[in-house]
Amino acid sequence: MTLASMARKYEPRKVTPASERVATSAMIASLAAEGYETVSAPFGHALVDAARKNDKIVGLTADLGKYTDLHIFGQEMPDRYYQMGMAEQLLMSAAAGMAREGFIPFATTYAVFAARRAYDFIAMAIAEENLPVKIVCALPGLTTGYGPSHQATEDLAIFRGLPNMVLIDPCDADDITGMVPQMIAYEGPVYARLLRGKVPSVLRRHKPDYKFQLGMAQMIREGNDVLVISTGIMTMRALDAAEVLAADGVEVAVLHCPTIKPLDLDTIAAEAAKGGRLVVTAENHTVIGGLGEAVATGLMMRGIHPAFRMIGLPDAFLEAGALPTLHDMYGLSVDKVTEQIRSWL
Amino acid sequence: MTIDSRSAALTNTSLAMRAWNIRRKALMMGEVQGQGYIGQALGVADVLATAYFHALDYRSDDPEWEGRDRFLLSIGHYAIALYSVLMEAGILPDEELETYGMDDSRMPMSGMASYTPGMEITGGSLGHGLGIAVGMALGLKRKNNPAFVYNLMSDGELGEGSTWEAAMSGAHHKLDNLICLVDFNDQQADGKSTEMLCSEPLTEKWEAFGWFAQRVDGNDLAAVVDAFDRARSCSDARPRVIIFDTTMCKGVPFLERREITHFVRVEADEWAKALAVLDEGKPA
Ligand SMILES: Cc1ncc(C[n+]2csc(CCOP(=O)(O)OP(=O)(O)O)c2C)c(N)n1
Ligand SMILES: [Mg+2]
Repeated sequence: MTLASMARKYEPRKVTPASERVATSAMIASLAAEGYETVSAPFGHALVDAARKNDKIVGLTADLGKYTDLHIFGQEMPDRYYQMGMAEQLLMSAAAGMAREGFIPFATTYAVFAARRAYDFIAMAIAEENLPVKIVCALPGLTTGYGPSHQATEDLAIFRGLPNMVLIDPCDADDITGMVPQMIAYEGPVYARLLRGKVPSVLRRHKPDYKFQLGMAQMIREGNDVLVISTGIMTMRALDAAEVLAADGVEVAVLHCPTIKPLDLDTIAAEAAKGGRLVVTAENHTVIGGLGEAVATGLMMRGIHPAFRMIGLPDAFLEAGALPTLHDMYGLSVDKVTEQIRSWL
Repeated sequence: MTIDSRSAALTNTSLAMRAWNIRRKALMMGEVQGQGYIGQALGVADVLATAYFHALDYRSDDPEWEGRDRFLLSIGHYAIALYSVLMEAGILPDEELETYGMDDSRMPMSGMASYTPGMEITGGSLGHGLGIAVGMALGLKRKNNPAFVYNLMSDGELGEGSTWEAAMSGAHHKLDNLICLVDFNDQQADGKSTEMLCSEPLTEKWEAFGWFAQRVDGNDLAAVVDAFDRARSCSDARPRVIIFDTTMCKGVPFLERREITHFVRVEADEWAKALAVLDEGKPA
C-alpha cells in the first residue's frame, strides 16, 4: 500500500492476486488481540449495573446504539433509553438539556462524529456549563479500515483543548468496566473512548490486581531499559512488544495512562526521572496534541530530560484497508512497536 | 440534458437490463468481501440505472469532463452500488470488481473521491452531500455551465441538521440545477427510520422548504424514469427532490424476506444462491 491515496485513482489498475488479498470488513470488529480472552459488551453491562443503583442515569444515542453497546442498556431499561436518530448535534444538546434537569446522560456515537460534527455543541452546551454528560465513543483512533470518515485520529487533541473535560482512553474490558462507575462519581463532563463488541481482557493478565482508577497512571510491568508510557489499546501493544523484547534481553516497563486529562504527571515524572531508561510514549492517535506531547511538555516543565521517542499515528489522513494491514503500515502493530523500540536502543 | 455525448451502445440496453447488471455486480462484490451493504445496493439499483443510463450526461472515458452532470454519493457506505454502476457505465473496469474493499483497491468499502474515478466526493460522514451540492450548483451557475448536480442521500441523513440547512439554502438560491435523490428504504443503523426519528410527512416537508418534490416507488422503473424526467424538465426556479421508496434486497426474494437490518446478513454459501436467484429473473 502507498501512503499517498490522492494519486490512487490515477494509478494504473493493480489487482493483487486473490491469495494475497486482505479484506477490509472481515477485520472490522477485531483488534487482533491474539491470545487474550474477551468480554462481551463490557460498557453496556457496566452501565446497566450502574443504572440499577442510580435512577438518574439515562442513555442517548444517535443511531449507533447497536454499535456502541448501548443497546444492552436499551434492552434492559427501555424507558431510560433515548434513540435520537442520526443527529449528533442534537444528541449533545439534548444530553445537556437532560443534565440540566438533573439526569446523568450517557451519550454515544462514533468518536469522529462527537469530536468533529458535534464539537461546538459539546463545548458550549456541555463543557462550558460543566454538566455531567458522559460522552462514550466507539471507533477511537485507528480502529476501522473505512478511511478518514470513520478514523478518529485527532479526537484526543480536540477534547484536550476543551476546559473542564475529563478524557479516558481505556485499554481493555477491565478498564471499561472500571471506568463507568467512576465516570458517574465524577460530577463533570467526561469523554471516553470505547472498545465495543468482544473486547479483550488484557491488563489483569499482566497484573492480576489491576483496577482502573480515574486520574491515575499505573505501572503494569517493570523494566530497566525502556519506559513505555501508553494509553488505550497501545498499552496492549506495548505489553505484547515487551514480551518479545524481553526474549532478546531488553527489559521494557509499561506505564498505563488511561486518563489523558487530567494527566497523572506526578507518576509519569517520577518514573521518567528514574534515570537511564529510554522513554517512549505510545498512543492510538496522531502524534499531534495527544499523550506524547502532553508527557513531553510535562517532563520539560519539571526539568526532566530523558531520551524521548513517540509512537503514534502520522499527521495525515490515513488509508482505507484491513485493520491489521493499517496497524502495520502506521506503526501500531506489535511487530512495528517492537521494531521501533529496538531501532531506538 | 442531452444524451449526445454518450455512446449509442449505452442506450441500446434496456434500463431493466442495466439495473439487473448493477445488482449482479454488487452481489459479486459482496461475495468478494463476504459481506457488504448489499441490501442498499439491490434496493437502489433501479434509481442508479435510471440516473446513469437515462438522465445523466457524462463521458465514460473522461469522468472529469467539465460538461458532465455531477453525481454526488453522500452515503459513502453505498459505494458498492455506485462502483457497480460506474463499471456498468464503463468508467471503472470490470476486472477491478474482485478488488472491492481489499487492500490497495481503488474501491474502498466507504466511497472516497481520491480513490475512485467517477466518485465526486468523499461521503461516509453522513449529511455532507447536499451542502456540497448547493455549492456546486452555485458554482455551475456562476460559470454558466448548464449541468445538473445530483445528490444521492439516504433517509438516515434526513436526521442531520445539515441536510435541512442545505435544503433551505437551495430554495433560497433558486437552484433549479440541483436534484436531490432520497433513497427511502426506511432503514438505518439501529432500526426503521420512521420508528427512530420520523421525517414524515416528507414530501410536504420538502415542499414547505421550497422544493419541487415528488415521491415514487423507487423499484418501479417506469415511475423512476418519469420522476427524473419531471425533475429535469420542471420550469420552476427551485431545486428538485425525488423521494424513492425502495425495498432493501430487491431482486433477491429470499433476502427480501430475511429480517432486514442495516447490514444484511448473508452466509458464505448464500452469495452463489443469490446470484442464481437473480439470474432466474434476468430481463429479456
Ligand atoms: C454523521 C454520521 N453519523 C453516523 C454514522 C454511522 N452510520 C453509518 S450508516 C448509518 C445509518 C444511516 O442511515 P441510512 O443511510 O438510511 O442507513 P441504511 O439505509 O443504509 O441502513 C449510520 C448511523 C455516519 N456514517 N455518519
Ligand atoms: Mg436508509
